[in-house]
Amino acid sequence: MPENRIYIARSSAIAARALAGEMMVMNSANSTFFTLNEVATTIFQAADGHTPLREIVLARICEQFDVDPEQAQADAEQFVAELSSHGILFVSNQPLASETP
Amino acid sequence: MMATPRKVACVEIGGIPIALSTCDEDFLDLLRRRYDGFLSSSRPEFELEFDVTSTGSVSDDDVRVRRNNDDDAWLMERGDFHARWDPRTGRGSVRQNANPYSLDSVLRILHSLILAERGGFLLHAASAICDGRAFLFSGVSGAGKTTMTRLAPPDITLLTDEISYLRPNADGYSAFGTPFAGELARAGENCTAPVSALFFLEQGPENRIEEVSSAETVRQLMRNILFFAEDRGLVEKLLATACDFVARVPVRRLTFYPDTRVWDEIRNFARDFQEVPEHA
Repeated sequence: MPENRIYIARSSAIAARALAGEMMVMNSANSTFFTLNEVATTIFQAADGHTPLREIVLARICEQFDVDPEQAQADAEQFVAELSSHGILFVSNQPLASETP
Repeated sequence: MMATPRKVACVEIGGIPIALSTCDEDFLDLLRRRYDGFLSSSRPEFELEFDVTSTGSVSDDDVRVRRNNDDDAWLMERGDFHARWDPRTGRGSVRQNANPYSLDSVLRILHSLILAERGGFLLHAASAICDGRAFLFSGVSGAGKTTMTRLAPPDITLLTDEISYLRPNADGYSAFGTPFAGELARAGENCTAPVSALFFLEQGPENRIEEVSSAETVRQLMRNILFFAEDRGLVEKLLATACDFVARVPVRRLTFYPDTRVWDEIRNFARDFQEVPEHA
């Protein structure tokens, strides 16, 4: 999948809440629970289904956290793959609905 | 054919009276013995009708709690029971054998659903009242919940050694006694007190109380809250409740050596904490 064609959307089965600078995410289907750091939270919040991951990384991550774009992209893809494997995010090479069943 | 009259026992846990009815005299007896100390003459808020069957035994299967697609009623199923509860009418029915453990499970699930809507929760924790305030001791099996209650001095009132019942109040949260017993095999006292602190338990070579980050606290809290429903709306409420609890109740990690001195540590913590102005 070309990196500039990755689209991500939050699952509709999750509950999320920010506390003390961290985002807590729980999957209601299997009760898995994650705490996201600031960078991960930024990606999670930007997962609207129609903004490519590459654009999120360049416009949000590199802009806010002053990191190398290639490294940031690699880290973001790893993070997205992990949350995807737990049903928190959905990943596609086509735009997705903002919250996906 | 005449219908067999139903007999009712009203069981009030956590200030929520629920009428439990059955046609079976033996099961009614079991209900009354099991929840002796929690029987109430209050007007019931909810009703559960029990249909006692002779099939099925206590099951280790995972419980399944979900909303019925047709009418939004809750369906609760395990190998040893099948229950249905409609939150709009407050009424439900249960089919199970005459086993007290199945009965406890059904009641715990029902209370977890009711509490989730009211900003409360059931926590896998022992709790006890000391000097008018409730202390909670949470942890996985073997962490020391029952040990903490066994070590408690005589002036401590045991609320539960297994499942703590928590509801929000104007200043924080209140803990209530429950009949749901763990290894002690003894029901808690039917009383309530404002929560002073929650401790996550670990056993170690000495007594030590440490701070825990808010995020870690919510993570551990969510791990130990009894919640069964696969329902996003309720999970959202529960997560919000856990965050609210952490914001309003002191939570610490308690590493303890299993002897009675740990309770001195808890009294000292409560005294010192109340003396710190920003937490007063």
